[in-house]
Amino acid sequence: MATFALVDCNNFYASCERLFQPRLRERPVVVLSNNDGCVIARSNEAKVLGVAMGAPMFKIRKLVEEHDIAVCSSNYALYGDISERVMTVLGASAPSHEIYSIDECFLDLDRLAVPSLTEWCRVLRERTRRWTGIPVSVGVGPTKTLAKLANRLAKKSAKAGGVLDLVHHPAWIEAALRKTPVGDVWGVGRRWTVMLEERGIHTAHEFANAPDGWVRQRMGVVGLRTVHELRGFVCHALEDQPSPKQTTCCSRTFGAAIREKSQVHDAVMSFSERVAEKVRHAGQVAGAVQLFIRTDPFAQGAPQKSLSGSATFHRPTSDTREISAAVLRIFDRIWRAGYDWRKAGVLLLDIGMPGDSPASLFDRIEAPDDGLMSAIDQINARYGRGTARLGLAQKDGEWRMRRENLSPSFTTRWTDIPSARLT
Amino acid sequence: MLSFVDCPPKLELPLFGTQVPAGFPSPADDHIEGKLDLNEHLIRRPAATFFVRAAGESMRDAGIFDGDLLVIDRGISPQPDDIVIAILHGDLTVKRLKKVAGQWHLAAENMDYPSLPIGENDCEIWGVVTTSIRRHCGR
Repeated sequence: MATFALVDCNNFYASCERLFQPRLRERPVVVLSNNDGCVIARSNEAKVLGVAMGAPMFKIRKLVEEHDIAVCSSNYALYGDISERVMTVLGASAPSHEIYSIDECFLDLDRLAVPSLTEWCRVLRERTRRWTGIPVSVGVGPTKTLAKLANRLAKKSAKAGGVLDLVHHPAWIEAALRKTPVGDVWGVGRRWTVMLEERGIHTAHEFANAPDGWVRQRMGVVGLRTVHELRGFVCHALEDQPSPKQTTCCSRTFGAAIREKSQVHDAVMSFSERVAEKVRHAGQVAGAVQLFIRTDPFAQGAPQKSLSGSATFHRPTSDTREISAAVLRIFDRIWRAGYDWRKAGVLLLDIGMPGDSPASLFDRIEAPDDGLMSAIDQINARYGRGTARLGLAQKDGEWRMRRENLSPSFTTRWTDIPSARLT
Repeated sequence: MLSFVDCPPKLELPLFGTQVPAGFPSPADDHIEGKLDLNEHLIRRPAATFFVRAAGESMRDAGIFDGDLLVIDRGISPQPDDIVIAILHGDLTVKRLKKVAGQWHLAAENMDYPSLPIGENDCEIWGVVTTSIRRHCGR
């Protein structure tokens, strides 16, 4: 049977902030979006206190003071670096993997022959926490959708100990489906949730048992695939996914190893275009971007390298020109010659709707829309992807923004590395 | 928790074929030499390796001085006599991990500083120090 695992970092941004600032472990932690606008991540304690996802800072100020909540500006240099470490550990453990977002990774465990998969997941989980300092949860299922659902339950249940395997415990699948609200099923957005609940479908179990014809009529083939996945039939292979959420990623394993800088450059630029197109298609904008390139962890004897870097946008954007320019700068900064590169990817982070995050005082509120991006998208939709592309990436503007509680770049800047006391 | 002296759990890796690009190997391949890379020399597990700056004098006799750059490998399970980064009262601190008659200690290596007995649950070992780097010329 197909076996997928979803490994998800627990409260990833807050866990990163706590890694080098142990004092934050004793306080609830929230992380704010670009320009210190809204809450984009919370520690468990902050969740319990009722800090809502997306809440603007001014609305939670009272809670922050009352409960001594630590407020952090988003530090994508730190999160990107730690994410790359987590993904490296995971990628080297499984036959194949797909980085789904900055803090989520699908593993294909089909060809993994181990006596106890649950035990293997526990060891993987412990190793990831030990090596990178980041706690993760692992959900295992016969489809990606069920793996994602198992992960959510693994995180919620104290008994599970962070691991839930539905492949070797098929009897648990029904209970898991009953416990999961339909809105928490992977790929079911807010609009579908409302529609399904209006028709009396509240749980994943009810959704999985809805008649095919009805689902197809109401939700198209995408919805039908989700239902089939809930029933245990694989519709999404690795690197094939329904919808992005807070982050979106375009990454590929190259057919053969690439050494040439210009070739990796071209690949990376096309990924930038692709992710930019993805967020534009969803009508969204991104606050930051991360680039990674790495060698094949299974190439015997070849020198191994994994590089990554990130950049934050002054103003959230979906413009290919801005995104490519940022990716190009990261690429030139991190590039190292002499390795056989096998995989690269571009992740867009801090994704939201345009206008979500407050602009800084001197900001142009709206990006000047010269219509070029929509023209390119239209041409590509009509004549095929990549028909119209940008030439050279252009220079970018100012990158300064409001980040009042920015933690140091503990792992990416020499002047910022943590101090350990010898007293 | 001080249960970390146990053998590190082994992660079982599956055997599966990786694709090897076909073609006649060049006889010169064996003789290609790259530049010496300090990263390769100092870092065995890049994903688990972090840099930390030492601040203070308590490890002077171990050869760690104020301002030294420490290389930490979190992939190593701490054992007695390792120099470690520990979390003590919310701070990262550098000490030698000792076990004397069943009692764990964080020991300073400088007569002016005390050795601290630690309980099972009041101290977390953050990572093991593998290397310290000191610059001798500031220019």
